[in-house]
Amino acid sequence: MSGAAAASNVAQKDDSQRRQKEMIADHFAKLERAKEDGRKVVYTFVPGNLTELLRALDILPVLPEINALQSGMRGKSAGYIAEAEKAGHSEDVCTYVKCDLGMMLSGNVGPTGTKIPPPDLLLLSYTGCFTFLKWFELLKEAYKCEVAMLHVPYMPDGVVTPDMRRYVVDQLRDQIIPALERVTGKKLDLDELARRLALSRQAEDDLVAVWESARRRPSPIDGYFGGVYYIGPMFTAFRGTEEAVAYYRSLKAEVDERIAQKLGAQTPDGPIAQEKYRLVIEGPPNWTSFYDFWRMFSREGAVPVASTYTRVGGLYDTGFRHDPEHPLESLADYCLGCYTNLGLPSRVDLLERYIKDYSADGFLINSVKSCNSFSAGQLLILRELEKRTGVPGAFIESDLVDPRYFGKANIENRIQSYFQMLEARKEPTRAQPQSGSGSVA
Amino acid sequence: MTNQADPAASVIARAQSIVEDLTFAEVTRWKREHTGALAVGYMPVYVPRPLFEAIGCLPVAVFGGGDRTDIIRGDSYFQSYICHIPRSTIELALSGALAPLDGMIFPSTCDVIRNLGGMWKMLFPERYGAYLDLPQNLTPALGGRFYAEELRRIARELEARGARPLDAAALREAIAAENARRALIDELDELRRSKPWLLRASEAYVAVRAGTVLPVSEHVALLGELLAALTRREVRAYDNVRVVITGAFCEQPPLGLIRTLEKSGCDIVDDDLQLGLRMIEQPITVGADTDPLVALAEAFLKNGAATACRYIDKAVKGDALIAKVRAANAEGVIFTAASFCDPALLDQPMLERALTSAKIPFTSFKFAENTGQYQTIREQAGAFSDSVKLWGGTP
Ligand code: SF4
Ligand code: SF4
Repeated sequence: MSGAAAASNVAQKDDSQRRQKEMIADHFAKLERAKEDGRKVVYTFVPGNLTELLRALDILPVLPEINALQSGMRGKSAGYIAEAEKAGHSEDVCTYVKCDLGMMLSGNVGPTGTKIPPPDLLLLSYTGCFTFLKWFELLKEAYKCEVAMLHVPYMPDGVVTPDMRRYVVDQLRDQIIPALERVTGKKLDLDELARRLALSRQAEDDLVAVWESARRRPSPIDGYFGGVYYIGPMFTAFRGTEEAVAYYRSLKAEVDERIAQKLGAQTPDGPIAQEKYRLVIEGPPNWTSFYDFWRMFSREGAVPVASTYTRVGGLYDTGFRHDPEHPLESLADYCLGCYTNLGLPSRVDLLERYIKDYSADGFLINSVKSCNSFSAGQLLILRELEKRTGVPGAFIESDLVDPRYFGKANIENRIQSYFQMLEARKEPTRAQPQSGSGSVA
Repeated sequence: MTNQADPAASVIARAQSIVEDLTFAEVTRWKREHTGALAVGYMPVYVPRPLFEAIGCLPVAVFGGGDRTDIIRGDSYFQSYICHIPRSTIELALSGALAPLDGMIFPSTCDVIRNLGGMWKMLFPERYGAYLDLPQNLTPALGGRFYAEELRRIARELEARGARPLDAAALREAIAAENARRALIDELDELRRSKPWLLRASEAYVAVRAGTVLPVSEHVALLGELLAALTRREVRAYDNVRVVITGAFCEQPPLGLIRTLEKSGCDIVDDDLQLGLRMIEQPITVGADTDPLVALAEAFLKNGAATACRYIDKAVKGDALIAKVRAANAEGVIFTAASFCDPALLDQPMLERALTSAKIPFTSFKFAENTGQYQTIREQAGAFSDSVKLWGGTP
């Protein structure tokens, strides 16, 4: 799952945004021509994606979560979900799955208006989310196509053990690569894979520099709403490409420029007027009312300085980089380290670190109905973080792409009360204590 | 038939009282009789019980609080759109009801149980808690080896807490005992298929589930006693519709709900309740030169039941359910999934399509473990059984 590049109606477009838009348009155009061009198409998921491997075999990836979230942003998801529910899917389950299935049932037209070809292979990188298994079982049934399954063990203690790494590497070597070679009729060129991993590494360095820029006051970036654009190329089809390296180079230059100009974070309405509250955010955003949601923060001067959602497709700011010297091992470590593959205690540790390192005034959990992987346990995360940091948290509930679960007035009220509480904490003469709880849940 | 006249009544009542006892008195008794030995709880669906028995531990299934626990604190740990079993499990843990357990295993059933494992570690850092990653890659050299390592790790961690070291002979013995239990469960299941009036599903359910908190030897004795009693049982046969229940492999429906289905004219001739003890569908064979741990691991890969929480690899979705229906000579299927159970509910449309192609009628409803109102379900099941009887059902 990832936030990516549906940046079309953000008020101000930077060079990086234009670049990303072109990359995406070009990718979907290639997908539309894939059959005529004789290129193979593989559907896969954002967490644990093996883009360098796919690219090294000249495969075009399709990320169904990205299509779902973009359908949400384009106002199409409600119809697609209704379509899937009509076909027998329960109201209770993940709406990304239903949105994707609904899109398929409605002709599989992608976010740029072009048709997405059926998969030649489903690469089921089972990383951090059980629903992925079911999702691709459903697509396998629909497309009658082969599935290559990569079981990425969960990291309950946030540690990659040698057994875990070996399990993933062995599957890559013995099953995943042979399946990709079979589908493409090509032999994997290990030098090409290493070259792409080196490109990934460069882009990852720049992305981390962008994340870390948010330690400054004011933060030159919005690490959540803005962050979902920044992760676009990295989390989708472009890691390990020259385009991604160029994108992150230009993004970093833009952020450096903002720092030089002492500009605050970008918002849908231009640079933020004043950075009043610095927040860490846990959980994915809502896509159907993305800009309304964003403005609930930006208009109050609240700046997300770090978020965990922007780490679901790879956690780089704890030091991991793809390593051309150890290609398969580093692909394994990458998959294992994705945010939703971390045990709850490690997630709390990471959030605590973000709150402290980014000098946050508060943190907010957006608990989405769709996602058990993210959501189960978040109420304990809330308590534990308040206990450890003394920083108050807010808890709201919505959904990813099902507009029925975005209660705008309710969410806005909660966020407003939360900001009032943060405001009161800034003034010691007012009643609120400076430490301890006080969450808005 | 009065209870006095029913030779099976007392053993069924004993099993039911074990199932309904949320204080885990049987576990406390076992611990008293085995000084220093560890009782290890586990969440559904499956852990390989022989591993724990072999190292002198008592594996104890924890199925939440069912319909007999007031949720006071548990709800403040889970959002309303998450199934019920984790909140009642947290309730039990916070209220001290799980105190007889020296630790908990959280198998990789779904993301909720997975995350519950993390919550356990945060809430009870001094108690043992482990995630058990069951392999979704079903190739022995890959998933099998990884899984065997997982089992060795858990055995080592428990040894550090006082369990016996893992020993091949003890594991062989525990596997043999598990096979004996499995054979008795098979006998019960066969009886339900051939003479469903002789042993109701709700009775078989408690008899099997009781074994999830007992050492295998005691469960074997209980099942033996029940089977012997059933040979003397005299019950009138009813003209019920033969159905298979599927989807309730984790959170368990209340006993009252199972009985409601029975009263609505259904003979439940097969189900996936208590799948944990039926997960391995064949006896676990251990060759003379085979490492029993490897045999235990590979049994899961090769003979693991097709269920929503397990990747089916090359198998065809729905085939296993259709085979179950045919083997039980069932006339229809009732999908019975816990509300908000992603694995079961995401599986269901695929299974429904398979049943439709095979012209097997089905109906579906959702439940929570603490569902108290059965009227709607009774009506729905009644209408379903009538339609199957009259028209062969309309899938
Ligand atoms: S459950 Fe969560 S992580 Fe899984 S597919 Fe749905 S939104 Fe993505
Ligand atoms: S009932 Fe379903 S979703 Fe809930 S814990 Fe069990 S398998 Fe997971």
